[in-house]
Amino acid sequence: MTLLTLHTSLSTYLVIAAFLFAIGLYGMVQRRTLIGMLISAELIMAGASVNFMAFNRFLAPNPTVGQIFTLFIMGIAAAEAAITLSIVLAVYRNYRSIDTEDVTDLHG
Amino acid sequence: MTSLFSPEGLIGLLFLVLLGITACGALIAVTAGRLIRSVAGLLLCLIGVAGLYYFLNSPFVALMQLLIYVGAVGVVIAFAVMLAEPNPEKQPSRGRNPLTGALGFLTSGVAFTGLAVLGLTTTWRRHVGPPPDGGMAAIGQSLLTTYSMVFELISIVLLVAIIGSLVLARAGREKP
Repeated sequence: MTLLTLHTSLSTYLVIAAFLFAIGLYGMVQRRTLIGMLISAELIMAGASVNFMAFNRFLAPNPTVGQIFTLFIMGIAAAEAAITLSIVLAVYRNYRSIDTEDVTDLHG
Repeated sequence: MTSLFSPEGLIGLLFLVLLGITACGALIAVTAGRLIRSVAGLLLCLIGVAGLYYFLNSPFVALMQLLIYVGAVGVVIAFAVMLAEPNPEKQPSRGRNPLTGALGFLTSGVAFTGLAVLGLTTTWRRHVGPPPDGGMAAIGQSLLTTYSMVFELISIVLLVAIIGSLVLARAGREKP
């Protein structure tokens, strides 16, 4: 397996999916704004989708199940982004900030 | 050994470029200081992922990725950033444990290494025969037969999401 035939091996896709997942995890911990955390969540879901598509292409006998799962992940992600962003706007209207450290009314 | 200047070599080079776009976009999305740059990095990363889908023998999903993620979700996030841009001149770490960054890096490093090693060392049970035909006709048929229930359910989910986001974003706004 050389560098130019990487696209024919399953491991390449698994490694890039793991990279997307891990970097999304890092962003989820590191980011201090709600929108930044939403962006990290999108990265995590992209990693999961790449995994599904790779397994579908290389391992599954049914040719469409992974693609349909990925399509549904996209639909759920779009719904999730819309809901999350309207929550973010509501928080911004009430607190004048989308920083996670400012929204601490239940902090005690 | 494939030559770089054969068609296969060029395809391999294109794949390497797509891998680079995906990785760089993800890095920008997580590390950029301003939020709008991080949105741009996310869009770059998702374009790269769409290219990976194309290499995985499913142009339809690649096109949907471009339409839904890069087109719709990216624009929505960009609008939200414009409506609720955080204060850039706020002091960064107030009351924040300095260990958080290092621990997050460590955790994600462990997750990446574990998943990558697991994926590289497992012997996957290959399915024998020609690569599956993941064409649009096959996807449409299974969407309307095997997965028709899920197909209807997700339309309800999307409808509820639309109404819910309208209600949420409207609450607290005074009447004109």
